Amino acid sequence: MMLEVEGLDAWYGENRALYEISFGLDAGHIRTLLGANGAGKTTALRALCGMVRTGGDIRLDGKRISGWATEDIVRLGVAHVPEGRGTFVRLTVEENLQLGAMTRHGRAEIAADIERVYAQFPRLKERRQQQAGTLSGGEQQMLAVGRALMLRPRLLLLDEPSFGLAPLIVEELFAILRRVSEETRVAMLIVEQNAALALDLAEHAYVLETGRIVLDGPAAEIGADEGVRRSYLGY
Amino acid sequence: MDLLLTQVFAGLATGGIYACMALAVVMIYQAIDHLNFAQGEMAMFSTFIAWQLIQWGIPYWFAFLLAAAVSFVGGIVIERVLFKPLHNASILANLVGFIALFSILNSGAGYIWNYTIKTFPTPFGHTNLFGGLIDTHEAGMIGVTAALLFFLYAFFRFTRLGLAMRAAAANPESARLVGIRVGWMTALGWAMAAAVGAVAGMMIAPVVFLEPNMMLGVLLYGFAGAVLGGLTSPLGAVVGGFLVGIIENLAGTFVPYFGRELKLSLALILIVAVLMFKPSGIFGRSVVSRV
Amino acid sequence: MTAPVTSTTGSAATGNTAAVTAAPARGWRLERRHLVSAAVVVVAALIPLVARSFVLFELTMVMIYGLAILGLNLLTGFNGQFSLGHSAFYGLGAYTAALMMHLWDVNYLWTLPAAGGVCFAVGFLFGLPALRLQNLYLALATFALATAMPQILKFHALEGITGGVQGLTVDQPDPPSFLPVDSDQWLYYLTLIVIVLMFWAASNLVRSRSGRAIMAIRDNPIAAAAMGINPSLYKTLTFGVSALYTGVAGALGAFAIQFVAPDSFTIFLSVSLLVGLVIGGVGSIPGCLFGGLFVLFVPNIANSVSTGLAGAVYGIILLLVIFLMPAGAAGFARLAVARLTRARRQ
Repeated sequence: MMLEVEGLDAWYGENRALYEISFGLDAGHIRTLLGANGAGKTTALRALCGMVRTGGDIRLDGKRISGWATEDIVRLGVAHVPEGRGTFVRLTVEENLQLGAMTRHGRAEIAADIERVYAQFPRLKERRQQQAGTLSGGEQQMLAVGRALMLRPRLLLLDEPSFGLAPLIVEELFAILRRVSEETRVAMLIVEQNAALALDLAEHAYVLETGRIVLDGPAAEIGADEGVRRSYLGY
Repeated sequence: MDLLLTQVFAGLATGGIYACMALAVVMIYQAIDHLNFAQGEMAMFSTFIAWQLIQWGIPYWFAFLLAAAVSFVGGIVIERVLFKPLHNASILANLVGFIALFSILNSGAGYIWNYTIKTFPTPFGHTNLFGGLIDTHEAGMIGVTAALLFFLYAFFRFTRLGLAMRAAAANPESARLVGIRVGWMTALGWAMAAAVGAVAGMMIAPVVFLEPNMMLGVLLYGFAGAVLGGLTSPLGAVVGGFLVGIIENLAGTFVPYFGRELKLSLALILIVAVLMFKPSGIFGRSVVSRV
Repeated sequence: MTAPVTSTTGSAATGNTAAVTAAPARGWRLERRHLVSAAVVVVAALIPLVARSFVLFELTMVMIYGLAILGLNLLTGFNGQFSLGHSAFYGLGAYTAALMMHLWDVNYLWTLPAAGGVCFAVGFLFGLPALRLQNLYLALATFALATAMPQILKFHALEGITGGVQGLTVDQPDPPSFLPVDSDQWLYYLTLIVIVLMFWAASNLVRSRSGRAIMAIRDNPIAAAAMGINPSLYKTLTFGVSALYTGVAGALGAFAIQFVAPDSFTIFLSVSLLVGLVIGGVGSIPGCLFGGLFVLFVPNIANSVSTGLAGAVYGIILLLVIFLMPAGAAGFARLAVARLTRARRQ
């Protein structure tokens, strides 16, 4: 497996947020972490990027990356679209995209990738010289995904991509994610409140509760089990 | 009218110095969210290094570049050794850190070069221009400030490194998520601020003479300029610095006390007035505090 | 006079990180705190019987600086407002006392409340613009105040009154005729009485309802306002009280030095007080006296290490202290006691 997580713990100060969770992911696949507020979904993503104190084992292509600095993990091709989107609000849309490719070389290739992002998200192109803070929520989410793709990531972590977006825009965004996954073989791990949506996109799901994985299985099975849906997913 | 014009030009000349100091202050403020109270002493120390190099017979411009380069490295060392460990400490601990740095540089310069005042050469000479409105050194100072500003603008606006530094200052967490080494960007900010301060020191030394306590007043006016222009805007800092220079000269001419005895009180009034009525300065963005 | 430091351990003084809700400890802890304080005062009162007058002078200065630092601590440690301008209030207090005695021949005892009153008023007024300034901006404005102050005192139009650059001499207070003490001893006792009263008042203040409001504003101004506390009023009042403390210290300092001059009240005095505050412990009342010790003695120590590099040695000592004892002496003592008591229990 490309990403292997074994017995992952995470702490905020003295407070433990994750208890020995284990999961994995392969190139070209999409998996999702589900669960209620405070179950530890965001923490799990942050732990993968070295943004919280962790214990246990995280391996990327067999290389142990637990305890690494965030920027070094990113340099291995891990892109993270964080909670709140992490937009550089004072910089222009184009500068935000350039920042996504900060660790790459080759001017021409980067410029071509920016055009590719614009092709996927035409509205960003219209606003390329605008300050990113002036974009709407949906546009900022697209910018965040675009910025992450500029890394040409091998692993893409998405924290609540549907949050605060109108249903039509969510549909558009998820269609793009599916297409990107097929075209680039990037592995995606998606954290979602909107379980139905995530189960539709992903092929495998993990359900978290108070920092532990309580269920895991093919997305279709988990979505079909009415008991699971009622007790964990709330729909 | 003539008097007014003369004073405006004289103000632009001293303003160039304040602009450089203000620029250095803003660069560190952007990088670490602290006002560097030791900025003036850093500039003073750099100027002494240049003076020493010139004493050893090194040509002016070579000494100028060398002193700026040494300051650049010195800025990195100060950040790595002193302020990186204080990164998560309280504002007060940081203040004490600046005070310690101030003390060490001030006393160190006095120890190495003693406290007698020294003359510092200018490459521009002191020939009158425009019928005595301004002399060549003053014009040179304005030119150097303008060149520095242009260079910094181009660096931040058009280079990837400049973009990375802006991103790291604006949003460190997101910057890490795109792979930027935020700690090094901070160190680089210190380095550039130290070099800019060195240039300011070398430009002002021919005017105020070189001695370890030369920079206190200049720093206060630099702060005034930075605040007036907006602490978050390098361009604002430069404009603010020039404005403060002009205000100082005009006030000194028309309210004689401000020219000499109450010079620093004018800076106090300016700082308090700006902070009271337009805390974000002319070009700065306002800071919204969250719960 | 190192004795007051140990009283840190018994005091329930709120640390800078402690929650506002830390209720005053009742019962045996309170008694122990009082006992320790009383013991310290008794020891302090006995010192003049054995000490030479130069030592007495130094101890008097330690108490005076401790009082000035307490003023700064009320503002910074308890209310969260920064000041690099307390040299201005110290100088204002000193000049108020000196001028009253010089111009109008007022009895020195009256100059103490007068210095406090003047500084309270000026501090309160400076606190008004300070309301709009946070953290570094306030540090900057007060930095400007401290830098400008000596120039204002030297201002030649006021030279006839202030003595200009030369400053003014101050007569040392004569001891009351019914007491068998010389004037150095009397000044020591006078200072001791004043600081006992003012430290007692300060520790009552921070334990009172107003004190909790002051700390609540430091910890979370918006929540404090939501609880019905008027932050503007409390912040400006705290600024005034803080200046009052430091101003009284300035007046006592004028008695002890017997001289006031503009260049005694520069930014470096402010910086020393701030350093004393951080060294003693932010938010610790007994820690202020330790800060006073530091302010008085460490420059001398630095000087004795190397005369030429005294400033550099001072700077290095500062760095060592903030790296090794980030919570100041008070925090260090608290930690040490916690370790010791834990060890004893095991």
